[in-house]
Amino acid sequence: MSGQAHVLKTEEYFITDEPYYESVGDEISIFEAAYKSGLPILLKGPTGCGKTRFMEHMAWRLKRPLITVSCHDDLTASDLVGRFLIKGGETVWVDGPLAASVRAGAICYLDEVVEARKDTTVVIHPLADDRRVLPMEKVGELLEASPEFCLAMSYNPGYQSVLKDLKQSTRQRFVALEFDYPAAGLEQTIVEKESGVEPSLAARLVKFAQMTRNLKGQGLDEGASTRLLVHAAKLIVEGIDPVVACRSCVSQALTDEADMLVAVNELSSSLF
Amino acid sequence: MSDRAPLTYEAILVQLDEVLEVEFTFIRAEQLAEVIAGMQCEQQDFILDWARRAAAINPELAFQFANRAKEVMEEVELEIVANWCLHAMDSYDRVGLQQAMSVIRDFDGFLAVGHQRAAGSLFEDAVGVLSPFVQGLDGRRLKVQLDDVAWTDGEILYLPEIMARLDNEADNFQLFKAHIAQLWAQTRCGTLNVNLAEVFVAYENPERAQQQFHLLETQRLNAFIKRELPGLFRMMMALGNKLDDPALPEAWQLACEDLQRKEATVDDSLAWLAKLYDDQAHPGFCYQGQLKPTEAWDARQKRIELDKARLREMLRVIANEMMEGDEEREAPPEFDIKDKEDADEEQIVPFEIVLDDVPMPVPESVVEQLTSIMLDLSEIPPEYLDPAGDGEYDPSLFKEDEQGSDDAWSGTYHEEGAFLYNEWDVARQAHKKNWCVLREVEVEPETTDFYHQTLNKYAGHVRSLRRTFEILRGEDKLLKRQRDGEDVDIDALVEAWGDMSQGLEMSEQIFTRMHKEERNIAVMFMVDMSGSTRGWINEAEREALILLAESLEALGDRYAIYGFSGWTRKRCDAFRIKDFDEHWTEDVIGKVCAIEPKDYTRMGAPIRHLTEKLKQVEARTKLLITLSDGKPDDYDLEYRGDYGIEDTRQALYEARREGVHAYCITIDKEGQEYLPHMYGGANYVVLDDIGKLPLKVSDIYRKITT
Repeated sequence: MSGQAHVLKTEEYFITDEPYYESVGDEISIFEAAYKSGLPILLKGPTGCGKTRFMEHMAWRLKRPLITVSCHDDLTASDLVGRFLIKGGETVWVDGPLAASVRAGAICYLDEVVEARKDTTVVIHPLADDRRVLPMEKVGELLEASPEFCLAMSYNPGYQSVLKDLKQSTRQRFVALEFDYPAAGLEQTIVEKESGVEPSLAARLVKFAQMTRNLKGQGLDEGASTRLLVHAAKLIVEGIDPVVACRSCVSQALTDEADMLVAVNELSSSLF
Repeated sequence: MSDRAPLTYEAILVQLDEVLEVEFTFIRAEQLAEVIAGMQCEQQDFILDWARRAAAINPELAFQFANRAKEVMEEVELEIVANWCLHAMDSYDRVGLQQAMSVIRDFDGFLAVGHQRAAGSLFEDAVGVLSPFVQGLDGRRLKVQLDDVAWTDGEILYLPEIMARLDNEADNFQLFKAHIAQLWAQTRCGTLNVNLAEVFVAYENPERAQQQFHLLETQRLNAFIKRELPGLFRMMMALGNKLDDPALPEAWQLACEDLQRKEATVDDSLAWLAKLYDDQAHPGFCYQGQLKPTEAWDARQKRIELDKARLREMLRVIANEMMEGDEEREAPPEFDIKDKEDADEEQIVPFEIVLDDVPMPVPESVVEQLTSIMLDLSEIPPEYLDPAGDGEYDPSLFKEDEQGSDDAWSGTYHEEGAFLYNEWDVARQAHKKNWCVLREVEVEPETTDFYHQTLNKYAGHVRSLRRTFEILRGEDKLLKRQRDGEDVDIDALVEAWGDMSQGLEMSEQIFTRMHKEERNIAVMFMVDMSGSTRGWINEAEREALILLAESLEALGDRYAIYGFSGWTRKRCDAFRIKDFDEHWTEDVIGKVCAIEPKDYTRMGAPIRHLTEKLKQVEARTKLLITLSDGKPDDYDLEYRGDYGIEDTRQALYEARREGVHAYCITIDKEGQEYLPHMYGGANYVVLDDIGKLPLKVSDIYRKITT
């Protein structure tokens, strides 16, 4: 390692190595079909179940750059489309990630889109139907998307408040793919492959995850995600005791409530 | 330390005479007064204060307490004496005077138990962890409840009040957990799927048969726990060692090995029982709890019936939905089950529900039902998959825990499924624990005629309200001279440019940004449904709620509406009219229209309950607004007057501590007298004309939230 970060323009970021992804159903073929037809895609599912990884995998498959925008509640339309900046006494237009993706024919992935303000999500509407254009009012231009461009967004219907529900006018433009945690056997394989942990431990981790998922709605908002399991498994491979790894990677991530925390820790110490 | 001189004998006697109501009780307090007169100021105050509190229950109790306290105060710290008195009061609340008296009489007993309690793990402390722990384990959704001994009927795991066999709390907690594991394993491994009582009766000494069987079965369950939860199993073994659990006799070795096989079932345990029934006795393991075969079997029979009915009802709902969604479908769907391809052997439900051979996704509740049935029967009999007929629906199927509120008066009543809240007793300056039983009651919606009448009646007002509230809603503000923003602030840029060409430093604040002020308010309306609101007031309340809801819909604040009423501490009702996540639908409107006067105004419990509700909502500002017509009041005279006011005040104080702002809108003209005390100076408004309530409420709401 040289210690230097590699600097790239987002629209030039091609994924060259195949990101590890285990297909759970026909999501790959549906995505490809939607891509060919120029339809935008909505990924639904709980956090950490592989939505982002799936996007990376698809970007690699389709050989397009992937531009990810993590949405937050201060994200404005100009953060997506672009804005004027001042350079040497003149205003210069700078593309936002969405405009950059359209220009480059990239895959634009809006992560956790409900977090964005409602008025922001509206700017993607013209891109998400058969027009496939991005109006840029401030410069008076209309960007027409090439067939390579693809719009995708993710959405976790579970835990957000009712206030942050996705508008019907937005959601009804998308081809929806539903994600969930993989079945036990598959999840075990994923944990093994991602972390290099031995199979018996991976199986126990998956079991632990199921225990926490049993608690969903009974005091936990969400059970342990596959991602958390991989984190825990990585620590275990580094020589951390499994119970400690589960405590740091899973219990603490799931809840702050004292009793619940103890209960989840007791579950993991029962298992290992 | 106080500088004043200790009270004199005479002064103390006067106080005691008053506290102990000597005039009526004829208690002779002279001797007691003499002893107290010889004490330090601090001690005197302490003993008189606590005697006064105890006297709120009974003067004789106070007298006994004071008499004993004057002796024990020399031996132990005052705090322990205070706890002892509180414990006696709690006993009085739970069981009665007799019990309270015996606590007072037996101070040494209290100390001994106190030591045990100090090192032991208490059920009430542990249940917060044990409950989710059990929920995390697979199988049926089990509940954890208090009983004299540890046992299970297959649905509820009962645990004793205290675990104190080991000398520290952590180990004792683990012992609780070990019990839980054994009981859970019983439900998971079919221990209770045989009518054990019937088997044991066939033996000469059924009790002995049960004991021996329980030992054998514990071996089988231990093996299961070892496979599933090895960490827990190690812990159980360690506890056994610490408590010197004797090893099983040599002769049992073979049985153990056999029962530890994965395939072993309860029948194997029974087969071994036949062989080892006569063998030597063993005291049992520290974590095994007890078996109650008859109770468990009865519970199972009931559960099987209920599960079947519930599953068929769920399938009926699914089938109906399919029929409605698919018009081409002629015959009702026929469900079947099919083994999952990737099922592993440990899965309780290794199959899927299929329809025309195609697996269909089913809701979590159906899977839970299937799990419960599989645990009892190890299969799904075909008739279970036959959706219930239209006439078969029985709503009580899904509410077995909720006894009707009317049962409050019958002997079988217990407090399952209800919420228990403490109540503040001003006389004794302490909470009565779990004193009020509160239930959430569904309101049956009525027609919405009243709603439309109200909208017509106040048509102009509604329009202006909507406008005012819409303006309040998230005002956009264009912020100028920002470091970062959507647009260039030309004014600022020109200035900055000018500065720069003069050689000055150029400002970086040259952008404009649109700032959205988002309201983040959750408000709970607590509506008085006491009998005194009958007539005008009730109508005004409903009108007010309707206008308010219309305004809030325009504003976008989250709001919930609950009615409350009570009839003694055993029957506090919170009527759910609208929850935070419900929308202002026809159904909800119907419920508002259905608000009607009920019983009394016991306010403490509903305030505590609604505070709990507000706690679960994420919002920056949380409001609890009460619409009421008078002061707290209840059927039992106790709640009238100071007691009720002080309890309500305490409940509001607790709410504030949780970050909930309380506000009261009342039409009680005498409200000025007690409201400042309860709600604080600025947190209430008294309307002199009930007719103004509908018009005013929205105004008031606007004022307190902006």
